[in-house]
Amino acid sequence: MKKDMKFYLKLFVSTLYLSTFTFGGGFVIIPLMRKKFVDEYKWIEEEEMLDLAAIAQSAPGAIAVNAAIIVGYRLAGVLGAMITIIATVLPPLIILSIISVAYTAFRDSLIVKYILRGMQAGVAAVIIDVVISMAISLFKEKKLLPIMIMISAFIATFILNINVIIIILTSGIIGAISIYYSEYVKKSGDLK
Amino acid sequence: MIYLKIFWSFFQIGLFSIGGGYAAMPLIQNQVVNIHNWLSMNEFADVITISQMTPGPIAINCATFVGTRIAGMPGAIVATIGCVLPSCIIVLSLAYLYYKYKKLSIVQGVLNGLRPAVIAMIASAGLTLVILAFWNGKGISSNNVNIDIISVAVFVFSIIILRKWKVNPIFVMIGAGVIGLCIYPFVL
Repeated sequence: MKKDMKFYLKLFVSTLYLSTFTFGGGFVIIPLMRKKFVDEYKWIEEEEMLDLAAIAQSAPGAIAVNAAIIVGYRLAGVLGAMITIIATVLPPLIILSIISVAYTAFRDSLIVKYILRGMQAGVAAVIIDVVISMAISLFKEKKLLPIMIMISAFIATFILNINVIIIILTSGIIGAISIYYSEYVKKSGDLK
Repeated sequence: MIYLKIFWSFFQIGLFSIGGGYAAMPLIQNQVVNIHNWLSMNEFADVITISQMTPGPIAINCATFVGTRIAGMPGAIVATIGCVLPSCIIVLSLAYLYYKYKKLSIVQGVLNGLRPAVIAMIASAGLTLVILAFWNGKGISSNNVNIDIISVAVFVFSIIILRKWKVNPIFVMIGAGVIGLCIYPFVL
């Protein structure tokens, strides 16, 4: 990947474009980033994208901003992070400054209401599509533990409404214990 | 100094809102409505409504709205910078540590545990949106009359074209918005 003016411009424009379409909460940006940076540009590996998403979710602040910062840093260091932050913040900054002038008109506009209601189903489809792809690739690995973690984390967040921080901590600890345990078994096996 | 006040207030919002989005709302309300009286409770409710209608994080939307209200465009910029600065410092530190230590087996273990959990969280966010779209924000009810057939149709069609032809997701979202604008005026 050449880091010339063209690359930085591409990073800026694609992040700007993703941020403009991040409707319905910060997590929407992760599937969009995955499509753009993993599938389309091949700048980031699938697994790494999930790691970056986990870090974005664990840090304080807006998830979309955090995800943009870490992806920018991954691709082009601190300068990359600065570029992606500006690109992420610019669309809401511009849109809200315009709307704040006549916000009641916008809030009560029927046209806006109809468009948004249609978009909601489209946004939901985009996320579910990415979730299906990610879940399929996880199932293909045929390892029991990750599948168990995925299912229990889903029940914990979606049905039981457990705080995400607790889920992240627990899954991380389980992962650490499992590595420690498997290495311990391997080592004691070598001794015999 | 109003700019400093705005900056500091949104810096705290950025620093303490863990879990993103709706977790940040009480925090924003406390700073903007209760402590500083920059917005009335009604105006704050409007900002939340507008945030749901526009792209971008709620905290950034609030920062822009409040900043513009009390100190014009410079106010909006100062508030936004305050809001993202904590994220910037913390996420960059975490990113640095991640790339430095990701080869360590213990870190690998932690990440192996986190990846499936992240998929689960994205799935949960997605399903919440599906429910919101199908039942128009009223929650699941046993009464099937309340289900929005158009929304279900748009969803199913979008999934099919996304999976089969790998269409650009942005086009799917724009298309869904256009369909909404063309059909809803006649049925609502």
